[in-house]
Amino acid sequence: MPKPKEPEAKGAHEVSRRGFLTGAGAVISSSLVAGTEALRAAPESSGTPVAGPGKVDITLKVNGAERAVALEPRITLLDALRFELDLTGAKKVCDRGTCGACTVTIDGKPAYACSILAIQVQGKDVRTVEGLAQGERLHPIQQAFVDNDAQQCGYCTPGFVMACKAFLDKNPNPTLDQVRTGLGGNLCRCGTYVGVARAVLQSSESRTGSLVGEGRNHA
Amino acid sequence: MPEYRWPDRNERQVLGKRVSRLDGPDKVTGKAKYTSDVKLAGTLHAKFLRCPHAHARVTRIDTSAAESLPGVKAVRVIQGPGKEVQWSLDDIAVVAAVDEATAEDGVRRIVVEYEVLPHLVNEDDPGNAGDRTKPASEQVKGDPDQAFQDADAVVEGEYGIPVITHCCLEPHGQVIDWSGDSLTAYQSTQNISGMANQFAQPLEIPAANVSIVQDHVGGGYGSKFGADSWGLETARLSRETGRPVRNFLERDAELFVAGVRPSGFARIKVGARKDGSLTAWEAESWGTSGLSGGGTSMQVLPYVINPPNLRKKHTGIATNTGPARAWRAPNHPQTCWLTFAALDDLAAKLEMDPLDFYLKNLNLTERPDLYRKQLHRAEELMGWRRKWRPRGQETAGPVRRGLGLAFHTWGGRGHNSTARLVIDPDGSVSVSLGTQDIGTGTTTVIAMVAAETFGLPVNSIKVNTGRSPDYPRSGPSGGSTTVGGVCASTRRACQLALEELFEKVAPRLGAEPSELEAASGRIRVKAKPFRSLSWKQAAARLGVTPLEVTGRNISASRRASDGKLIDSGVGGVQMAEVQVDTETGVVRMKKFVAIQDCGLIVNEKLAESQVYGSLIMGISSALTEERIMDERTGSLLNGEMEFYKLAGLGDIGELVVEMWKDAEQDARGVIGLGEPPVIAPVGAIGNAVANALGVRVPRAPFIPRRVLAALQEKGGLYA
Repeated sequence: MPKPKEPEAKGAHEVSRRGFLTGAGAVISSSLVAGTEALRAAPESSGTPVAGPGKVDITLKVNGAERAVALEPRITLLDALRFELDLTGAKKVCDRGTCGACTVTIDGKPAYACSILAIQVQGKDVRTVEGLAQGERLHPIQQAFVDNDAQQCGYCTPGFVMACKAFLDKNPNPTLDQVRTGLGGNLCRCGTYVGVARAVLQSSESRTGSLVGEGRNHA
Repeated sequence: MPEYRWPDRNERQVLGKRVSRLDGPDKVTGKAKYTSDVKLAGTLHAKFLRCPHAHARVTRIDTSAAESLPGVKAVRVIQGPGKEVQWSLDDIAVVAAVDEATAEDGVRRIVVEYEVLPHLVNEDDPGNAGDRTKPASEQVKGDPDQAFQDADAVVEGEYGIPVITHCCLEPHGQVIDWSGDSLTAYQSTQNISGMANQFAQPLEIPAANVSIVQDHVGGGYGSKFGADSWGLETARLSRETGRPVRNFLERDAELFVAGVRPSGFARIKVGARKDGSLTAWEAESWGTSGLSGGGTSMQVLPYVINPPNLRKKHTGIATNTGPARAWRAPNHPQTCWLTFAALDDLAAKLEMDPLDFYLKNLNLTERPDLYRKQLHRAEELMGWRRKWRPRGQETAGPVRRGLGLAFHTWGGRGHNSTARLVIDPDGSVSVSLGTQDIGTGTTTVIAMVAAETFGLPVNSIKVNTGRSPDYPRSGPSGGSTTVGGVCASTRRACQLALEELFEKVAPRLGAEPSELEAASGRIRVKAKPFRSLSWKQAAARLGVTPLEVTGRNISASRRASDGKLIDSGVGGVQMAEVQVDTETGVVRMKKFVAIQDCGLIVNEKLAESQVYGSLIMGISSALTEERIMDERTGSLLNGEMEFYKLAGLGDIGELVVEMWKDAEQDARGVIGLGEPPVIAPVGAIGNAVANALGVRVPRAPFIPRRVLAALQEKGGLYA
């Protein structure tokens, strides 16, 4: 998972990791039964601007569109996508960056939406599986998933599709060994890996120049 | 009434073809809405307070601080003072709030006091189980004592496989919406038609007032047949608040309380004559299914191979752990491993290639001819004769290769199913069943059966599933019974509808109904195919009234008029090649060969997917999966997916799948496939590990610690 960078210049609604952790630390140290009110009581001793704990207005750029939402700073990008924006392609499975079912791309790189706060991705280009097809025309990697039966129950599929897309953007003509290593982190319980590997290899051969270009913009 | 049958092999246009699953595009674009994606206006989120102790009595509970939290709309106590809780993570109370985070805040504000009671959470050593053992009576066949005395070779060993979990990626859960005295349950389930009564009776409302809705389900594997205690609590919260309520389990609860597979351990003694004929079997087995004791059912031990003389005795061990549920091919994977491990050790003692040992003993199986043919085909695909070496004889370098094999059986007869088929006057065709597509491709095969029968394109058939009571009843997706059930009911409905349609259009074509056929999008006179109507023209003869018929499959029926649409009973042979690093103890898959029969194959692409998926699931069972309990605290230690590990794309090696599809198989009709191929992988892989190392790693999963312990002869079950 890419490590989120500390924003260099903070906008009015941005929050620094340190600022957030200052607040979060207060919860942990106060009491196990404490709720958000512990945060409310946390003193702003560091002088760093602290967002929340109540809802804050932020703007997310998802699949090319600016979306204004009000949410608590503790809300993950995954929950924001699923509950606020009704983009339910990315799935909540392990909820801690292990399984890859929530994979989206942020500025072209694959990321676990369950392990990033929504407020951290303001100003970044978030892409979800819903933004991949052009109308009814599937992206080649999506078509390759269908052709190679790379899905059974399909719950891991949106995350896998996004991981494969980002992988191919970086490795346009991978070997099977590169596929095994590069995509070994997305977990599927039905066992669709054979179809996924075939889909990636098929898709790598059939890529058009324009699609490679689209991916490269984010690389 | 038509003669129910499948078209001859050479006449089929759709059946057997490699059709891509129809819901594929929805699944790859994120358009497919799972139950956990359902969003209703005003929905509240439920979160459960779970017991931290393996065994305790609730003495006090105070929910007032949760109730007063802004955003919390309801709090329910499920197990209040006096209640004895028998496993950790069991439901104590539940909070419904405006969002998940607030519900979690509410749960944290509930104060519970417990009287902690003694627990047992590990069953691998029955000597520690005290009064928690539940012995069953001994079963004896033939004269095992005499047979062991007469045997030329006898080996004894201990083998085991722990509790593993279902680990559905979509957790168990539901969204419940009460309206007046009716309830709609958006349920993540593999049992659409069997769900309404499970809500109706405990909630004391008529079953007719319960609607079940599901478009897609993110995995079940045998664990999603029930409404579940948390489903009923979610329903009560919805009734109490007058708002829809959503509940999906956290991962640790999903792994611990929503589905596990029973463990199976055994001390096994086997005996054979010099020529390899198996003569005697003795087993003392144990395991757990949770508080009920239980464990793997040893009715299927020994597995597939039935020695003439045997004695066996099983002891269930009651543990304070989440209750077991059906797990893909219940009991078979465990007993397959226990059996094939013991027999493989016997073959090694006899200095026989296990392949020859099994070929020698196929007369003790129910389908010797099929297994023989399948073993020979697998042998070719694996290159077994070229690669196999006696145990431990490949000694060059620290990395050793080994081969192992196992085989299996399953039933898979189609369940009860009713299909409603409608042909509208505009020519559109829909088929509706209260079934579910759990990722096996059920909706696709239903469409293929209808398309075949009517001579129409597959994508012109509208398949409606996942609603109750809107669509007629169909069985739960368990036991590999769905494909046979829905194919038979759909085929019958389509043949009945076609017969009626022929009667309507026969006069127009100047022919008798019996002289007509449906093919290539037309209804035509068989002998004079140029005399025809397009499907649309033919349907227009219906006037303004759609043609509606139902077709049924009754699983238990054996009437001649049923026709030969389905059957039961399959084999299947698997061979594994592994590479074991004797310095690190890491086992890597090199190659896996699976040969699988399943009668008439409706869609070969989807059939192969079932086998590939089974092998991968089996590789996880063999190499990584294990529920780990802490005896001291009684807690689950690996309730997250980084510690409850599943195989990834890099862990599976080369998989070779071949469907067994000769004319004899095809003539049997449709037989279920979802379960059989998941049975043999642990046995095949475990034997390959023993072949590579020269010593037995007696307990799955074959993780580095156990491999190294076996190499140091410190093995045994408790390594």
